[in-house]
Amino acid sequence: MINSLLWTPVIFGLAGLAVPKRMVGWWAALGTAVTLGIAIAMLAGFDSGAPGLQDTYDASWIPGLGVRYSLGIDGLNVFLVLLTAVVWLGGTAFAALREQERPHLFFLMMLVGETATLGAFVAQDLLLFVLFFDLMLVPFYFLFGGWGSDREGGPTASAATLKMIVYTLIGSLLMLVAAIATAIIAADGGQISFSIAELAQHPIGEGSQRWIFWFFAAAFLVKMPAFLLHGWMPDAYRAAPLPVLAVFSGVLAKVGAYGFLRVVLPLFPDATIEFQEVVLVIALASILYGSVMAFTQTNVRLIGGYSSVAQLGFITAGIFALRADGADGAVLQMVNHGLVVAPLFIIVAILAERSGSEDLREMGGMAMRAPVLAALFLIVTLATLAMPGSANFVGEFYILNGLFQEKIVFAFVAISGVAMSAYYALRLYQRTMHNRTRDSLASREISWQDGAVLVPLVLCILGLALYPQLILERTNRSVSETVAAVKGPSEVASKSHARGAKPSALECAAAARCSSDLETTSNGPSSEKAARQ
Amino acid sequence: MNFDAPVIDYAALSPVIALTVGVCVVLLSAVFEPVRRSAPLLSFLTLGVTAGLLIWNWNEPVTLVSGALRLDDLAIAISLIAIAAATFAVFLSIREPATEQAGSGEYHALLLGSVLGMVLLAQAQNLVSFFVAIETLSIPLYILCATNMVRERSLESGLKYLIVGSLGSATLLYGMAFLYGGSGSTDFGRIANGIDKAGLIGDPLVLVGIALVAVGLAFKTSIAPFHQWTPDVYEGAPTPITSFMAVATKAVAFAVFVRFFLVALGGEAGDWQPALAVLAAVSIVVGNVGALGQDSLKRLLGYSGIAQAGYILAGLVVASEAGVSALVFYLAGYLFMNLAAFSVIVARERETAFGDDIRAVRGLGAERPLLAWPMTISMLALAGLPATVGFIGKLYLIEALVEGDYTWLAVFIAVGTMISLAYYLRVVAAMWMRPEEEAAPGAAPAIAGASPEADPIDPDAGRRLYLVGPALLAAAGAVFFGIVPQPLVEFAEHAGSSLF
Repeated sequence: MINSLLWTPVIFGLAGLAVPKRMVGWWAALGTAVTLGIAIAMLAGFDSGAPGLQDTYDASWIPGLGVRYSLGIDGLNVFLVLLTAVVWLGGTAFAALREQERPHLFFLMMLVGETATLGAFVAQDLLLFVLFFDLMLVPFYFLFGGWGSDREGGPTASAATLKMIVYTLIGSLLMLVAAIATAIIAADGGQISFSIAELAQHPIGEGSQRWIFWFFAAAFLVKMPAFLLHGWMPDAYRAAPLPVLAVFSGVLAKVGAYGFLRVVLPLFPDATIEFQEVVLVIALASILYGSVMAFTQTNVRLIGGYSSVAQLGFITAGIFALRADGADGAVLQMVNHGLVVAPLFIIVAILAERSGSEDLREMGGMAMRAPVLAALFLIVTLATLAMPGSANFVGEFYILNGLFQEKIVFAFVAISGVAMSAYYALRLYQRTMHNRTRDSLASREISWQDGAVLVPLVLCILGLALYPQLILERTNRSVSETVAAVKGPSEVASKSHARGAKPSALECAAAARCSSDLETTSNGPSSEKAARQ
Repeated sequence: MNFDAPVIDYAALSPVIALTVGVCVVLLSAVFEPVRRSAPLLSFLTLGVTAGLLIWNWNEPVTLVSGALRLDDLAIAISLIAIAAATFAVFLSIREPATEQAGSGEYHALLLGSVLGMVLLAQAQNLVSFFVAIETLSIPLYILCATNMVRERSLESGLKYLIVGSLGSATLLYGMAFLYGGSGSTDFGRIANGIDKAGLIGDPLVLVGIALVAVGLAFKTSIAPFHQWTPDVYEGAPTPITSFMAVATKAVAFAVFVRFFLVALGGEAGDWQPALAVLAAVSIVVGNVGALGQDSLKRLLGYSGIAQAGYILAGLVVASEAGVSALVFYLAGYLFMNLAAFSVIVARERETAFGDDIRAVRGLGAERPLLAWPMTISMLALAGLPATVGFIGKLYLIEALVEGDYTWLAVFIAVGTMISLAYYLRVVAAMWMRPEEEAAPGAAPAIAGASPEADPIDPDAGRRLYLVGPALLAAAGAVFFGIVPQPLVEFAEHAGSSLF
């Protein structure tokens, strides 16, 4: 099953080369739909109570080098796989509705990209993970560079893409060295193994962990991108074709965050604790910088891009709270953010077609004659700003909850990001949908085809808002185990006991609890400080 | 008085004999009218037979000619790489202007003569056979570089290669003299013993010898800072010859590099390891930075070859079995990656008036996808991206380096790879993406025939099977061994284990 999940997209992509030009887009969409079907079947068969990996496949690949072709799912990646399948179906279907130049190549690259991304999520061999992580770049290099738009006065699409590739590969090539070093140090002269589970059993010495940690962290932080490593993002986002950007921003950034959970925490526990605060500072800087940039930009793509920087900052902070609830929230928030940002970019694409521009100042008044589009956008916007009642709210709450209990000072700073996200999300909505209508604007309702792409994505957001427990229940076990690997089992045991008290809390209950908690924190930070003193 | 006739192991010498006969037959074929045009065919035959005989000797290491040669799996593996490169070169030479000008028989005989030198060099186990073989392979190449006689660049290239190559050989010879003086023997094995017995480990006499030999071999393998000839010679030589030099010469020179340093100078490893590591690092930086601004694809590949030589040298630096295996694996992978690119360059050189300028591949993705894909795969593989043999090769090397406590050099490889993306992807972008700027009117292509230097244009070259076929084959190999690397890994492990 896991093999068919992984290879279905690329098989459809290669077969698509023989499909007539007019049909190839729909063929590709069919491929992503089949993949989604397999992903749903895997979720249905997922046993949230079982320990370790499920649906595994393990075969020898390069025995001479100790590399195995080893796949599996657990609570950490099962929903990211599903997210990948959902977002890719949306992005591909939306692209299929538009006429593409050289469609065969375009859709082949889209599908290769899906296989590579799924591979990075399901790989359980450290080297296989690195391989898929690097492989993801190749199709996106072609998609961004070949179908992207050149910017006047700025770099061409291929130059912007090159910048992205060089940035991201700095990290991932160092990661390759680090991965090999990890395995060799752990093997200590014996048989080399890259199996993540086995490596986690024999953590390497603290001195080696220190530098290896940063090699991995560099790869993941660039991918997200985090503050100071985001230099490639503005140019690449402006150059990218929008359907591709939807999947790129929706899924690929999460691979970085996922990498922390899958690789860094279990394999380098000592370094993780040592550098916890450094990473938290980077995460907070990303939140603040991303938010501030998002509400000063006028290019709608960049608002989406910088808001992603801020959101990924939240997710990183959640992971590096090193508590089960923070990491739970991070996993939930990864899925949420993917589901929010993909429709956001699709809406941006629709808006750009209507107004002929991607500048916020040239848009406005769209809601007048396009109430359905406006309603869909409103839902996406409210989810982006983590409105209570949305799954994003639950995710952010968990993250902040974890952070408050671990590092209260950091949590106070992170809270400001929540407020700022409301500002940039609402600003984006108001400037595009309300305000005065421009003359140049072709204000009309979305076509039913575009609606057919957008509505299911928005329904996913709504569904998750009603029942975030769907994810939390299934991820909790793996996440607790991952965090326990860092912090030692005792702390997490008490934690999971505490969590066990309200295991079936539905969203409404959770939301009520969250809002009351939030009130206390917003009411009296000073009293809390006093209590601490 | 008894006289024992020396035992001659004809079976193990058969590859060398077959090649020698082949050289003579091909050379003579030019004289006889009925077979005058069959030099390429005869060359294929010779190469095929030699390869067959080499494979027949696989896995049975023997020492030949009183220890002057040793036919083991390392020698066979490297010889096979060289023969494969020569086979590609013969394909690419079909209808090459240089072939006509030099005479097809002579051209192919020289090529085979160079292969003969390579097969000998891969087996060389003695300073004398080492030097004779390296000259046997070099002298035909000096001539071959200059075979495109109407192009001044080609003549310049031949002359430059001759002068620099001779300088390299002289340095090498001088170093050999020092080592002979120190150990009193020309045999690799006895050199090691002799140095040890005389208590000369770490002695300046021996160290100078090692340094001079290393410099001489660095000239041949185009390791920086002894690389200056590479871009010029690569650019000027007829492209099929460039492709042959880039792959085969490099492979064989590394084979003898490894054999000499590990067998004869193994005891001194502690002295030369750091020095070679520095050379490798310098080479990686110089090659990758030098390639950045190149517009000529052949120069670009020349600089890239310098960087790749740095990666390959890293396999020797660790002086371990894993290192040698990684080196052989990388060389085998390099065959596929490089030859795909050169096949495409040859096709575009004949098809367009741009020669080997990067403009020759602009828009290739839409115009000639069957050429664009091999070139793309080749560039991605050279850059070491996954799902190509280049990735596995780097993985192998880095694993050997980390195991041998040279992690800093592994990091150098990673950083070098990152720089290299900038120029490899520039070629890919030219093929698939919108041009960066329209060609300036002044840079319009020279009309064919207008310049006496321009080679005739064949507008269908991009469809010729003897050019597209090798390109596709090499690219398919680069992808296949990136996804199913195990057979090649075993091949390399076999070769690597024969020295330990």
